[in-house]
Amino acid sequence: MLKEIPILIKKELQNEWKQKFSFSGILLYVISTVFVSYLCFKVIENILVWNALFWIIMLFAATNAVAKSFIQESKGRLLYLYTLASPQGIIIAKTIYNALLLSIIGIFNYLFFGLLLGDLVQDKTLFLLTIILGSMGFAIVLTMISAIASKTNNTGSLMAILAFPILIPLLITLIRLSKNALDGLDLSVSYTYIIVLLAINVIVVVLAYLLFPYLWRD
Amino acid sequence: MNLKKNWWKIIAVSLIIYTITAGFLGKVPRLPILHETIRNLYFHVTMWFGMMIILLISLVYSIKYLSSQKQEHDIIASEAANAGILLGCLGITTGMIWAKFTWGAYWVNDPKLNGAAVTLLIYFAYLILRGSIEEEQKRAKVSAVYNIFAYVLLLVFLMIWPRMNGVDSLHPGNGGNPAFSSYDLDKNMRWVFYPAIIGWTLIGVWMMTLKVRIRKIQQQLLNN
Repeated sequence: MLKEIPILIKKELQNEWKQKFSFSGILLYVISTVFVSYLCFKVIENILVWNALFWIIMLFAATNAVAKSFIQESKGRLLYLYTLASPQGIIIAKTIYNALLLSIIGIFNYLFFGLLLGDLVQDKTLFLLTIILGSMGFAIVLTMISAIASKTNNTGSLMAILAFPILIPLLITLIRLSKNALDGLDLSVSYTYIIVLLAINVIVVVLAYLLFPYLWRD
Repeated sequence: MNLKKNWWKIIAVSLIIYTITAGFLGKVPRLPILHETIRNLYFHVTMWFGMMIILLISLVYSIKYLSSQKQEHDIIASEAANAGILLGCLGITTGMIWAKFTWGAYWVNDPKLNGAAVTLLIYFAYLILRGSIEEEQKRAKVSAVYNIFAYVLLLVFLMIWPRMNGVDSLHPGNGGNPAFSSYDLDKNMRWVFYPAIIGWTLIGVWMMTLKVRIRKIQQQLLNN
């Protein structure tokens, strides 16, 4: 299984490269949302508002970006994939790939958001770490949920209904951690939040690893 | 009435009647701020305990379904989730009424309360998920997977998350606050508390079994 994962990730990357429009679509989604916020707010000076808006944009962009991970592939190609690789390998590869994708989207979101609405972040390293931890968390939860939602008739709305409750605690912890980064507080204050984030991630990874094999075949 | 089969239903009803009578009329410790609201221990807390037990039944049958693929297990899992959600809604309502009289607001921004709301949202999503898959076996399989997911997250959000260091909670028993057991100096309250948990759980199980029987009869009618 360990050998499969790099190959499967490479396959995901090639797939993405073949369909460049879907990645550009998500970037455009971020750009337009940030631009709408810019037209509404002009400049944000309040740290709480900046923080909340940033993570809400991130949440919706992530949901849209990951929603396609099981839907975009045709039934025939999924079937072919299932004969070649183990289910655990597939879910882990997809999760790692989505985490990479969301990290890129997160950093892009931060650059563009900071450019238009003002960059209030004082501790840039911690903020970057928050984006990466958040992308990991979003990717882990959303990949599993998109596998579940892809089995239903109304994938789009179910994706949000199923994922948002699970993402709320993650999001609250992320917002607290990123507020520490915005305020430039000492790292020692933030250790608890980092550990909570990692713990939630580990729990969901274990669940996805155990449960996905029951889900993959129709 | 077949007494051999239905004795537990009689116990359930008598325990609930006992809980309501003794819960409202019995002696409780007189404490500042809490006053008579301490009686909510018999309703809010016990209903959530009952909910967790019934949702555990639902979890067990979901796991059983995944290993056996028997439709009966899926029916039990879904009806247990329904009964658990009902108890959860009652529990959150009684909790809100308690909060109004003790904290001054129906809802406060608190990790324990938000965890409870998240848990209910996850289970509502479970119902929506069941509704949106037509094919029976696929619905059973997908919702069993989500149900296992949901219960583990319920444990995390209800039991672990509010108790973490650095997460402050107002709720009794969390964030360094004493639980109700420390207020109850003469230990009299537990004579109602434990029977109440058993009572609410049994009533929930009773509702569940009724619904399961209805579903099975419907199934048979469809097959004939």
